[in-house]
Amino acid sequence: MSAASKDTALRTGVIARALIYSILLVFAVFYLLPLFVMLVNSLKTLDEIRQGNMLAFPEVFTFEPWIQAWGEAQIGVEPTGLKPYFINSLVMVVPAVIISTLLGAINGYVLTKWQFRGHRVVFGLMLFSCFIPFQIVLIPMARILGILDLAGTTSGLVLVHVVYGLGFTTLFFRNYYDAFPTELIRAATIDGAGFFRIFRRILLPSSGPIIVVTVIWQFTNVWNDFLFGASFADFDSQPMTVALNNLVSSSTGVKEYNVHFAGAILAALPTLIVYVVSGRYFVRGLMAGAVKG
Amino acid sequence: MKRTLSKLACGAAACAIMAGAANAVSAADSSVEVLHWWTSGGEASALNVLKEDLESNGVAWKDMPVAGGGGEQAMTVLRARVTAGNAPTAVQMLGFDIQDWAAEGALADLNSVAAKEGWDEVVPAALQRFAKHEGKWISAPVNVHSTNWVWANKKIFDELGIAQPSSWDDLVAALDKIKAAGYTAVAHGGQPWQDATIFDAVVMSVGGPDFYKKAFVDLDPAALGSDQMKEAFDRMATLRSYVDDNFSGRDWNLASAMVIEGKAGVQFMGDWAKGEFLKANQKPEEDFLCFRFPGTQGTVTFNSDQFAMFSVDEEGQAAQVKLASSIMAPSFQSAFNVVKGSVPARTDVSDADFDACGKKGMKELAEANASGKLFGSMAHGHAAPASVKNGIYDVVTAHFNGEFDSATAVEELVSAVEVAQ
Amino acid sequence: MLIATLFSSDPLSFVSGKAKPLCQWRLKLLFENAVTMIERLQTYLPRLVLSPSFVLILLFVYGFIAFTGYLSVSDSRMLPSLGFVGLENYEKLFSLRHWSIALKNLAIFGILYIVICTVIGLGLAILLDMKIRGEGVLRPIYLYPMALSFIVTGTAWKWFLDPGIGLENVMHLWGWESFSFNWIKSREMAIYTVVLAAVWQSSGFVMAMFLAGLRGIDNEILKAAQIDGASNWQLYRRIVIPMLRPAFLSAFVVLAHLAIKAYDLVIALTNGGPGRATELPATFMYSYSFTRNQMGIGASSAVIMLMMIASIIIPYLYSELREKKT
Repeated sequence: MSAASKDTALRTGVIARALIYSILLVFAVFYLLPLFVMLVNSLKTLDEIRQGNMLAFPEVFTFEPWIQAWGEAQIGVEPTGLKPYFINSLVMVVPAVIISTLLGAINGYVLTKWQFRGHRVVFGLMLFSCFIPFQIVLIPMARILGILDLAGTTSGLVLVHVVYGLGFTTLFFRNYYDAFPTELIRAATIDGAGFFRIFRRILLPSSGPIIVVTVIWQFTNVWNDFLFGASFADFDSQPMTVALNNLVSSSTGVKEYNVHFAGAILAALPTLIVYVVSGRYFVRGLMAGAVKG
Repeated sequence: MKRTLSKLACGAAACAIMAGAANAVSAADSSVEVLHWWTSGGEASALNVLKEDLESNGVAWKDMPVAGGGGEQAMTVLRARVTAGNAPTAVQMLGFDIQDWAAEGALADLNSVAAKEGWDEVVPAALQRFAKHEGKWISAPVNVHSTNWVWANKKIFDELGIAQPSSWDDLVAALDKIKAAGYTAVAHGGQPWQDATIFDAVVMSVGGPDFYKKAFVDLDPAALGSDQMKEAFDRMATLRSYVDDNFSGRDWNLASAMVIEGKAGVQFMGDWAKGEFLKANQKPEEDFLCFRFPGTQGTVTFNSDQFAMFSVDEEGQAAQVKLASSIMAPSFQSAFNVVKGSVPARTDVSDADFDACGKKGMKELAEANASGKLFGSMAHGHAAPASVKNGIYDVVTAHFNGEFDSATAVEELVSAVEVAQ
Repeated sequence: MLIATLFSSDPLSFVSGKAKPLCQWRLKLLFENAVTMIERLQTYLPRLVLSPSFVLILLFVYGFIAFTGYLSVSDSRMLPSLGFVGLENYEKLFSLRHWSIALKNLAIFGILYIVICTVIGLGLAILLDMKIRGEGVLRPIYLYPMALSFIVTGTAWKWFLDPGIGLENVMHLWGWESFSFNWIKSREMAIYTVVLAAVWQSSGFVMAMFLAGLRGIDNEILKAAQIDGASNWQLYRRIVIPMLRPAFLSAFVVLAHLAIKAYDLVIALTNGGPGRATELPATFMYSYSFTRNQMGIGASSAVIMLMMIASIIIPYLYSELREKKT
């Protein structure tokens, strides 16, 4: 996995390097542009936005839109801002990510180290579930949630996100554990270690990189989900994305773009932080598991 | 293999039972849960009046706002909620959706409160068409929006010496003048519902009330495929030549802003546009003009926001009735509609608090109601069911964007309506 | 767990103790029983542990697919209904001009999106892999779009592409009067703006996948090839890129399913317009199922979509799972 040494064997001249750096920078600008537009305009007054240049820096910096978006903007009949919804989202995301990651890990463990007849078919069926268009599950899922008495609850949303995250988490862990030396497991079995003991003592401690990948993946997917959040949440469990949509797509009235952009960045902040903080481990984790054939 | 399966089934069942038990929480006693898409700005705070009203009556308000696409998102959510057996108490709804839900047997019966408060006498019959199903009141109408308005910049009209146009030819002449003076003649946002809003008015101006009814309410293929319909499409093409290059996808309120800022002459839009003008500190008859789409004077096409009441258990019914009765109270009807730009859904509300355009709207609504010239708007789902409406949208929008000519559009219209039925 | 012992293949283990003082015998039995139980458990436990996930998937994925399949031959309109109407919905579906536009758009969008993302992703990965100073800063910049949902970035993109306030306007303000960029307003070009925004969102992720693949290649091989006199170009074409095959495959699968599922992107950016010019199968299905009260047609389009997805994914799964014998 980490056999490759860091230095590349490539020979590159000065001009080539300058070219490489400029290409990389151009793309950096391309990727940053929308974020820049949102950030700059969230700090402007509405008047300045109306007459102004989208890419210009604000003449007068104002943090008012941010305060508005967080705690004062009208969402529904009450001027609560995004704050309560932020908490709803957290309460939903954390268990959903933990449960689906754990299940994925243990599924990956079973599918690689405790293979049984038909394990490939089981894995194939689970993997295919990553690829279904989610719109088709709305109605039957609603029915099931109703039967389980989970309709409109955070637990219901957690269940939904766990189910539709399982395919990916299982895939990640399966590919990762596939490369894990089976001899170690055999040795442990001979020493009398059981199923869970091996998992806890041997596999989990070395799963760092793939846990990072899985958590990042699940966290962003669950946090950003709109369709399930809108359809299965109740008045007291609506997640952030639904509130943001309520904020930005009013049917009538003045569009306060600065507040919208501030709200948008607030809604994206947790995922952004997760990516920036753990981005390094992300590539390492992908290297270790996800892109192996 | 069989053994494994039976074990699996066992596990799943236990799982389900546990999950169910842990979450068996009963709903609060005296409360209403309201699903709506008035999620921000003025209309949301106007709805807050209703909330406070109810709370003073001891009924808690559980807010369930879902914005997006003029209620499309909310309707999806509603389907999920009803399928889950977890329907809200009341849902903001438009036109045929109410009837469709009533036909599914999902709505409550409000007849006792309606009889007590005499709704039958004060609500226009055209609205009752949607608010009642098989003789039962099922929903409480909040407002009437009329959709065949023209909003004009008075300064531009005065500057160019344009009188208020009263026929199609007048309108074209006026638009020519505005265009020649270097303004955008028509401020428009190229979204299907906006295109269709204009189409409503144009069809009415071409063929009059009878034709409108035949085409959009009765869905008569002969009317849909007639020369008059071709004429309507031709007029749409004419109007297309007066919009700016940048119209596509524009939100309607940005189009209103063009008129407010004096960049454009007129906008064809429902009366909710008025709110934009008022918010920009403009005064009706001084800064902007409101008049009916030329050729449709005397007729009113409308849409009406209503709160459809879903069947709830007995405990919830008392609160639901309080909600319905609060919505129908003249004081709320007046307070809400002053803010919203629409007019009250009952004809006996005083117009004292309304501005010039509002007074005009109320008067014209009452007249149209009396003379039988009050029609549901096709563009806003009050003439034909959603599937037909969207089928017509497709054709109107495609034609407006130049995908085909008027003759083809007429053929497409006939077949689109047929497929959708 | 008891069930597991019941199925124990060696029922005699219960009585394997010989005549002994009663309580001792009992203890012994208990002990042996427990041992067998654990042994049995060790065999079944893995499957038992996997079963909840598998049942969930069977019900919530395959059960629902079957349900959708049935809806597609039913007369469902606003809510699911069970009246059987045969293939009527499919006939209606394929007679809709709308649907053929959606399919054509998917072809354009899907091909461009996958190809461009792969090219950009691979290119950036190769460049980033050349001992670049500041890689730690650049990498998260390339990656972060994947972290945002289009509910968040949709407005920003819409602004940016709008000629009135976006790039075109800015260029005019900066003095480049003749600059014109109005794709989003044009029926022919709007679908390409969807491609642009989609590429923005996922090419960084593809880059990360290729970067991971590149980092996994043993440098000794490259060095050996260089000693043999291979040029940089040959090095990549002959050795590196072929070795990235697994990364190509993974990238293709991820991109293909994102393309077929693309929904919020279109809604946020163009809402299917101008006209219906940027309608995709996913938006088509949603609108017929939920806003047009024609759930039957919506379900039939979903079935077609599922078939398209299956035709891409199943061969991949097959090769993936067969090749690797562990």
